[in-house]
Amino acid sequence: MSAIDTPAPAPASAPVDAIMSVDNVAKIFGGLTAVGGVSLDIPRRSIVSVIGPNGAGKTTLFNMLTGLYKPTSGRITFDGKLVSRSRPDKITKLGVARTFQNIRLFGAMTATENVMIGRHSRMRSGLGGSIFRPPWVRREERDVETRARELLAYVGLSSGAADRMSTELSYGDQRRIEIARALASEPKLLLLDEPTAGMNPQESEALKQFLFKLRDELDLAILLIEHDMKVVMGVSEHITVMDHGVKIAEGAPAEVRANPLVIEAYLGKQDGGTDGAA
Amino acid sequence: MNELKAQLQEWREALLGRMPKAPGWIGGRWSRPGAVLALALLIVLPLLFNESSGFLQATIIALAYVVMALGLNIVIGFAGLLDLGYVAFYALGAYAVGWFASDFLSGENISVLSGQHSTFGIHLNFILVLICAVIITSIAGMIIGLPTLRLRGDYIAIVTLAFGEIIGTMVINGSNISIGGGMTLTAGNLGISSLDAPYFPVAGTFGLLNLRPWYWLILVIAVMCVFIAYRLRDSRLGRAWIALREDEVAAVSMGIPLVKTKLMAYAIGAAFGGMSGVFLAEFNGTVNASQFSFSFSIFVVSMVVLGGLGSIPGAILGALLISYINYYLIPDVFNTLPHTFGLNFDLTDLSIGIYGFLLVIVMVLRPQGLWPEKRRKRELAGLVAPEMTELAEPSQVNVGGGLDQGGMSG
Repeated sequence: MSAIDTPAPAPASAPVDAIMSVDNVAKIFGGLTAVGGVSLDIPRRSIVSVIGPNGAGKTTLFNMLTGLYKPTSGRITFDGKLVSRSRPDKITKLGVARTFQNIRLFGAMTATENVMIGRHSRMRSGLGGSIFRPPWVRREERDVETRARELLAYVGLSSGAADRMSTELSYGDQRRIEIARALASEPKLLLLDEPTAGMNPQESEALKQFLFKLRDELDLAILLIEHDMKVVMGVSEHITVMDHGVKIAEGAPAEVRANPLVIEAYLGKQDGGTDGAA
Repeated sequence: MNELKAQLQEWREALLGRMPKAPGWIGGRWSRPGAVLALALLIVLPLLFNESSGFLQATIIALAYVVMALGLNIVIGFAGLLDLGYVAFYALGAYAVGWFASDFLSGENISVLSGQHSTFGIHLNFILVLICAVIITSIAGMIIGLPTLRLRGDYIAIVTLAFGEIIGTMVINGSNISIGGGMTLTAGNLGISSLDAPYFPVAGTFGLLNLRPWYWLILVIAVMCVFIAYRLRDSRLGRAWIALREDEVAAVSMGIPLVKTKLMAYAIGAAFGGMSGVFLAEFNGTVNASQFSFSFSIFVVSMVVLGGLGSIPGAILGALLISYINYYLIPDVFNTLPHTFGLNFDLTDLSIGIYGFLLVIVMVLRPQGLWPEKRRKRELAGLVAPEMTELAEPSQVNVGGGLDQGGMSG
């Protein structure tokens, strides 16, 4: 499923070992084309980004990749399986996890419980197990809680915060919990929707390092939607640029940065204020 | 208007200051011995009363309502699905008795450990009827759940309300529905009387002169339901319910299967209602189609809300309070009170008004319920940011696996 339809300078596309392949997917809401035929390959153990101005269809694409929306047309394969018609929970179980642009933690739960929810698809206990609570269910619960605390420590949440209600915690901590919750499902592919939103430059830099760590230590593929160009250019091996629902450019950071279409559609609009583009 | 609000707030604060704090032993390290002690007291309780006393009768009914409230609390409190058709499961449970433990289905002649010597009708042992009712009601629970899967909040209430009405109307008209062999589905408004009383090999058949065995039977059922409710709350399933209640989109994205998890809540809640229905039908001795009205659903919902949504002790407390007020305090204790003031009516004439008034008072003073769940308490105390989800309207999102349409984001 790596039939690439992009222009000539497509990056060494033939032998790409893609964990996820997106083939010409479109999403049309009523008469409005949110995403109109986007193709994208996400190689294993890589960090790739999707950028584009607001309303370009990035989050809609994300929602299709995770099964929240069903594509109007096109195919999405993950790990060799066709998932474009699958339910979100099935896709999560296959190994795709995500965070949300505007944090969506479960407010009435502690940080640890939030992460335990992320583990749901890897647990076995059902109705009978819940009621009778045999030894293996107790063990499972205990293990999942331990694992959740480990993950919270891994993403850098202070140990005292693990038992606080998630909404009592700071914005940065909430972002960390969201990542821990996504990691709890043992994903092969992690989708991060604007993870640095609301972060200061130091925090963004820390997150950048953390993304490398995730890729290298957990063998993750990471797909990033991001507005912070410093982060995008710094971490991405490959960047896809979207505008008005279609892909207008793609390639390595340097290529994308130099692409006049991108500058016009995206960077040019930013009133020069953001960063060292071009 | 603002003055009124301020005044109410002032009263509320004054009252809250005087309200007893939950004693320290609740939920602490004394909770287990405390529970054992409470259970022991509950077991010997009927020995302190006359074996056919009105208080004992009210207590039996109250315990049956505890089971109902616990079941509805799973649906509304844990999973956040506002179910206003709960009467349907009471009806189906009661009719399970009509079908499987009376002379009603007269074309059949089956008797299994029923202690009955009738030559026609199906007579199953109480436990078997209970199992039949659990099966029937949990299937019915899932059927009612299916059309509501893509709905939320108030819309679920409307669909479930309609479902309750459908079952209610069906059992009234059931006397015209032939199921073969000259038998009908229900007896309609005539009712099915002479239902079997529970029979157990050593204890014999329960009689209406001695209420103690009835009490112990419903106590066993209620304790079992309390146990199940606690176990479910603190399990993978319980967490999944709370997650779905909090944020459906995030929950399914984290791998929680929406359909299965929601249907499970409906089915379990319905099964509790069915069990209680079986018991109440046998205790009353008749099943009458007219008793399954919408107001019954509201009665149980108000128990859950009064106690505190999602709180197990709250549901128990709410059920006990409302049942005692409705079945004991008003009719037995204070019924002639108006006459002592020279007024010519019984207090029972006012019962709906009284208990509505009490509900309003409680909701103004303590909107989180009498014994709120810890999570909700924090939420209502304003410690939790009220809304953290605004984008991606959930209704536009394919959480259940159906079609999605309209709206966009990103």
